[in-house]
Amino acid sequence: MRKLLLATAAGALMAGAAGAEDIKLGISLGFTGPLESLAPAMQQGAEMAMKEVSESGLLLDGTTVTPVTGDSTCIDAAAATATVERLIASEGVKGIIGGMCSGETIASLENVAKANGIVMISPSATSPALSTIEDDGLFFRTSPSDARQGEVMADILMERGVETVAVTYTNNDYGKGLADSFEAAYEEKGGTVTVNSAHDDGKADYSAEVAALAAAGGDALVVAGYVDQGGSGVVRAALDTGAFDTFVFPDGMVGTALETNFGTEIDGSFGQNPAAEGEGRDKYLSMAEEAGFDGSGAFSAEAYDAAALIMLAMAKAGSTDPASYKGSIMDVANEPGEKILPGELSKALEIINGGGDVDYVGATAVEMVGAGESAGSYREIQFTDGKIEVVGYR
Amino acid sequence: MDFLNALVVFLNFVFIPAAAYGAQLALGALGVTLIYGILRFSNFAHGDTMAFGTATVILLTWGLQAIGITAGPLPTALIALPFGIALTALLVLGTDRAVYKFYRRQKAAPIILVMASVGVMFVMNGLTRLLIGVDEYRFDDGARFIMDVRTFREMTGLPEGLALRSTQALTLVVAVIVVVVLFWFLNRTKSGKAMRAYSDNEDLALLSGIDPERVVRLTWIIAAGLATIAGTLYGLDKSFKAFNYFQILLPIFAAAIVGGLGNPVGAIAGGFLVAFSEVAVTYPWVKVVGYLAPWYEPGGLMQLLGTEYKFAVSFVILIVVLLFRPTGLFRGKSV
Repeated sequence: MRKLLLATAAGALMAGAAGAEDIKLGISLGFTGPLESLAPAMQQGAEMAMKEVSESGLLLDGTTVTPVTGDSTCIDAAAATATVERLIASEGVKGIIGGMCSGETIASLENVAKANGIVMISPSATSPALSTIEDDGLFFRTSPSDARQGEVMADILMERGVETVAVTYTNNDYGKGLADSFEAAYEEKGGTVTVNSAHDDGKADYSAEVAALAAAGGDALVVAGYVDQGGSGVVRAALDTGAFDTFVFPDGMVGTALETNFGTEIDGSFGQNPAAEGEGRDKYLSMAEEAGFDGSGAFSAEAYDAAALIMLAMAKAGSTDPASYKGSIMDVANEPGEKILPGELSKALEIINGGGDVDYVGATAVEMVGAGESAGSYREIQFTDGKIEVVGYR
Repeated sequence: MDFLNALVVFLNFVFIPAAAYGAQLALGALGVTLIYGILRFSNFAHGDTMAFGTATVILLTWGLQAIGITAGPLPTALIALPFGIALTALLVLGTDRAVYKFYRRQKAAPIILVMASVGVMFVMNGLTRLLIGVDEYRFDDGARFIMDVRTFREMTGLPEGLALRSTQALTLVVAVIVVVVLFWFLNRTKSGKAMRAYSDNEDLALLSGIDPERVVRLTWIIAAGLATIAGTLYGLDKSFKAFNYFQILLPIFAAAIVGGLGNPVGAIAGGFLVAFSEVAVTYPWVKVVGYLAPWYEPGGLMQLLGTEYKFAVSFVILIVVLLFRPTGLFRGKSV
């Protein structure tokens, strides 16, 4: 055991030395499971950033970066842990873009990444629990915590003068985390949550759940669920029985499926989802189109940014060793320095190699706060004439 | 006025949904009870027979819609229903030939037939998914409401609304028609009497010249019809998803057993009993009580069980009945 440890330490030291090499970065996403439709565009986003850096030849005297993918399954913590274990132990990756869902990310971070001292940047795990986790400075995310979304949603409701709501959430880490953080933020601002109850996905009939929500009452119904799952079922049952006619939709519900499912029936309802506006996003979308995939897919841009941050931090620290570059991630993500948009990674590397500072903006207007998570900007939407209408960013 | 409001809330959230759900369970339980009474085993494949039947009806409905045939204000599925029943009947007759006939000739114990039906259930499970997939489908068209909340409020001026979906009304009407026809068939026609005779005493029925294979065939055809009608009504009222038809098997069996297995009247009573218990136990009564007794402030929702425990209600009813009255409320055959 001691020999193995020594060998590992020696290996790490050697790997840490600067010089042209070929390094691997792991991509651990849920290629199978409940979010499997999102994973391919995220993988392509991350790979696009790696390709950009490898082709520039500017990372640590021409170091090239190769992606290695693994399936985190999103819901099976044991499978995700095994995947990350494989990426680190047998592939020897220097950093990981992943995991995808909150529960699985927590498990692989605590069991494998921390033990091996490998940096993980998740593009899409949004549970508030990850903000306060003991991570030895190894965990970051390019998506905002749901605690932030709870705040934003509470602000929107108060500004619209809605002071009592009923809340229903999908029965998992995402739904519960979001519903609880919203309830705390909303009550702090003076609102009243009449009931905060779960619904299970995949049922035929939600009239019993809606009856309970209706009995508790409220001016609007907050549906912290999935639009392709129980969330739409709850809205349908609430409309049919006349229990509620104004709904509040967080990120899991905002999608074009709402327009096709309900049309003008939900006029006057509103919500928000994370989406940055501006130059970076537009540029990313056109780059993705050129590369032949849809960059507007949820969390695809976040994956690009996660990969870019790891590589820029390596350049900044002058090392591919996670122990030394983990401290540089916040430096390259935040001010001061030259603003860097997607597609400008070679420019960023030049500046860093010349001893300058960069402020990575990327595709999602990255701004790292707290223990290394995106501050997050949200798009406020509203239904008018059966269509989703963007009314502002906050 | 307050009394009327309480009544409207009760009708809207408890009575109408439970009545429609009860009718769907009753039709399903009738099929189960019929097979138990005549073929003498609990058919676990009944839920998936419902799913298969509904899947064929949905495919036919899409076909009809594609060539421009609709039923006006009624769902197009009603036109497709007889064809769906025919296809499902062919499937169950084929299954009987391939599986159950062998065990019947062996005079196998009922438990062996039950286990065989579990196997059939898994095969049908897969068949339905191959046919239509695992996703959720809505196939109701035509008028959605007989009475919607807004119109009701405008008509009556009450603050509480009442909605009656056309699928809920349709479920009740179709269920009544089916039950009347079934009882007429069992009690008045020669074939129906032969079926009852075979159910009461197989040997005596044989002696009086009743063809057993014919009785078995008739039973399967009727069961397929009941399953397809129940499944289609359930799917119209809620939505079709293959997995949900597997889950609905539990309340259906609870209904059949509560009423007394093998007893058609019991199956209907059991269906409504299970449905009303499920809805009433998980409904928060605070609003109804608030109208009836405004001076009383309960401070909670007055909900006996969270809605997550809906299925547990069927389990509890099942266990209580099996413990205290194993033959069911209407004296069926003991399990």
